[in-house]
Amino acid sequence: MSHPMPFFGSISLVLALGLCIYTLLFGTLSLWAMAHGRVLAIASERIRETARRAGIASFIAVSCAAFALIWAAFTNDFSVDYILHHTSRSLPWYYKFSSLWSGQEGSLLLWAWLLAGYGFVLRLRQKTDITLTAYASTILSAIQIFFLILVVFVAQPFALVPGGIVPADGFGLNPLLQYAEMVIHPPMLYLGYVGFSVPFAFALGALMMRYPGEKWIHITRRWTMVTWLFLTCGIILGMHWAYAVLGWGGYWGWDPVENASLMPWLAGTAFLHSVMMQEKRGMMKIWNVWLIFITFMLTILGTLLTRSGLVSSVHAFAQSSIGNWFVGFLVIVFAVCIFTFLYHRDHLRAENRFESLVSRESSFLFNNLVLLTACFVVLWGTLFPVLSEFVQGSKVTMGAPFYNRVAVPIGLFLIFLTGVGPLLAWRSTSLRAIRRNFVLPCIAIIVTAIALMLAGVHPWADDNPTSSIYALVCFALGAGVITAITAEFLRGAAVVRTQTGKNLLSSTILLTRRNTRRYGGYLIHFGVVVMFIGLAGAAFNQSKEVEMSFGDSIQLNGYKIVCQSYSQDSTPNYDTDFALLDVFHNGKKITRLTPERRIYFADTDHAQASTVVAIHSTLANDLYVVFEGRNPDTDKPIIKVFINPLVNWIWIGVGIVIFGTLIALIPPLMPGTRRVELPAPIDLSFRGAAEEDALRAPAEAPGGPHV
Amino acid sequence: MYKRSLQLVLVIVVAFTMLGAGSPSTRFDQVGHKLMCTCGCAEILLECNHVGCPNSSVEIAELHTQMNAGASDSKIFKVFAAKYGPTVLAAPMRGGFDDVAWVVPFAVLILGILAIVLLLRMWQRRHARLAPALPDAPVTPESEALRDRIRNETKYGE
Repeated sequence: MSHPMPFFGSISLVLALGLCIYTLLFGTLSLWAMAHGRVLAIASERIRETARRAGIASFIAVSCAAFALIWAAFTNDFSVDYILHHTSRSLPWYYKFSSLWSGQEGSLLLWAWLLAGYGFVLRLRQKTDITLTAYASTILSAIQIFFLILVVFVAQPFALVPGGIVPADGFGLNPLLQYAEMVIHPPMLYLGYVGFSVPFAFALGALMMRYPGEKWIHITRRWTMVTWLFLTCGIILGMHWAYAVLGWGGYWGWDPVENASLMPWLAGTAFLHSVMMQEKRGMMKIWNVWLIFITFMLTILGTLLTRSGLVSSVHAFAQSSIGNWFVGFLVIVFAVCIFTFLYHRDHLRAENRFESLVSRESSFLFNNLVLLTACFVVLWGTLFPVLSEFVQGSKVTMGAPFYNRVAVPIGLFLIFLTGVGPLLAWRSTSLRAIRRNFVLPCIAIIVTAIALMLAGVHPWADDNPTSSIYALVCFALGAGVITAITAEFLRGAAVVRTQTGKNLLSSTILLTRRNTRRYGGYLIHFGVVVMFIGLAGAAFNQSKEVEMSFGDSIQLNGYKIVCQSYSQDSTPNYDTDFALLDVFHNGKKITRLTPERRIYFADTDHAQASTVVAIHSTLANDLYVVFEGRNPDTDKPIIKVFINPLVNWIWIGVGIVIFGTLIALIPPLMPGTRRVELPAPIDLSFRGAAEEDALRAPAEAPGGPHV
Repeated sequence: MYKRSLQLVLVIVVAFTMLGAGSPSTRFDQVGHKLMCTCGCAEILLECNHVGCPNSSVEIAELHTQMNAGASDSKIFKVFAAKYGPTVLAAPMRGGFDDVAWVVPFAVLILGILAIVLLLRMWQRRHARLAPALPDAPVTPESEALRDRIRNETKYGE
């Protein structure tokens, strides 16, 4: 056998496909027999168990295939067409690993692998509810089959080089992907995309088996949150990569591929909020089921958009005719969802009715409306060029000006709801409670707006008044939301402090441990607001482009940048042009920056340029310096300098969101495990029953986001 | 109170109407950010960072020429769209079907808000109609015990 590893990989994929087909067929058979009370030759439970084990084995088989492809990359096996096109001998080892997802075939294998991995965990954790897990496992195996069919028959990662002549070296990895974040950004994003298959499978399974109660939501809550977290991290890593690599000074270009990741994130966020209505009040059952259906379908639609060439995108490395397969899959998924829903819709009747307009329920409805409108805007903006071509015969561009005008007001409405929603109580909120909870945030909003205007934010005198107004509103609303969240923490901590005698910090920690969902949710909201504040800083961006020789300087926003030197270098992987720039602030040298422009595959006919941006970050702003190239007439470097205010707050906000999500994932401190530490001087024997009860009572708080 | 609110609204309206006309360089910056570079980089014209880009320098020069000739923004957009095709505009701005792109998102939002308000009112009315008809459940030792149990079990997880 001349190519053992590619053969091993191909066989593993075929085996995985066979195992998934077994899981689907025999899983369905056993569930059907159990649901209809039919007796089979072999006990239904045993068939179900074999299906589960086949599903587990499919993960091992796909893992073997993934290992075979990584092995081929590490051993420079250019007999494999995919390896030939995505690696080279000079490629550093860590980027060889990332070649797994740098092309169509490899990324589909990664999808199949992660899906099998999620299925593996789900099938191992079946004890939470064996029958429901069996339904979910069977549905998941159907999704697995689709992706395995793609990698076995349509986009084969182990296809050998045509003609059988093995070249001495590969074409190398796309230079834009040769960046540290690219080693983790795609897997994170895929973990997010793929992960929504699990709550989808549970929701569909629960509907099929007419599962009583809301337990499927409890089971899938952690799955959904972890998936949401992965998707959030994936999106943010992508933003940071775009910021640090593409060199245009921004982090979000509203490219269809970016939009494809944002749509399921928005729908998933709406789902995470609206399931609380079902958990607490038994309402919105139909809505929740459809939200998770839509979220899953959006992950498939996003993949269709980015791989089919349906819409123009700079991410052209993975376009092909594979889109038809995704269209077919999407149609099947939609048909199954609608059929199952229509067949079992009587099972989804709400148990409670809405009572008051001013309540948590109505805030959730508006929250869902805003999130889904934002999702629709992104989808609309992504697909409008196709629609325009159909109607007018010509494509149009849906760039940043469209989204800035349409999506920003919706985003501001969302911040407003982020502040208002958690302050409202379930069922109905009294006027007194509204007054108590809203006075401080309103004061914070007014004070912030006035303070910013006094500090020099004058939209009426600005070159771009709309952006400045939006930024001002965003800062003011952000201050209001942060005040509301802080007040909630302090109010709760004060009660715990009274109960336990602990200091404020310990009381806050205990309060958070008692209700991790609520206070983790508050932290997530806080992080989102901090991110929005960072995003609003873009309204005050500045830039300057100059040609710089030795000793030349440029001044921008208090920074003075002096060109000390510029030179060239060569490595086995790329040639580079770079400049050495000293940065001064208030007359004092603060750092030296070396922006680069690299030329990959310089000796070949497919040489490709890539930017390495130099950034000096502070909490106030980023000094963002790009080496754009050399003037062909003078041979001097052209340097573009950006001042991007508050960008660091975006990354800090993400850190807070991650921290809050992790807190919300921790089980709350239960009464049985709680240690009530009382201050030493207090002697309970002298207290009445009511005081004793108060000491044992949970912290009072009006509500909370409860993710 | 109403008078003050009215004054506030008036001040805001005046502030909006007085929003700056801007200098020529500002106008160049604003118009340049509503046009795309046509080299295939999919970047805004003034953000295209490719040295030696065959298209952006030509487009920028053309933009300067148009502005120096006193052309209005809409005239500039029309000239660019006619010369390079509608994809040179960073957003649909030609009127006609292009307006649909702008109207639909806000229409969806407004219709959504109206739908929710109507739905909430309908539910509220139904609740008000049904609520008095429900008799108060008799308080029994069993129900008290059950209530205590529920309170205990939902103490911290809510």
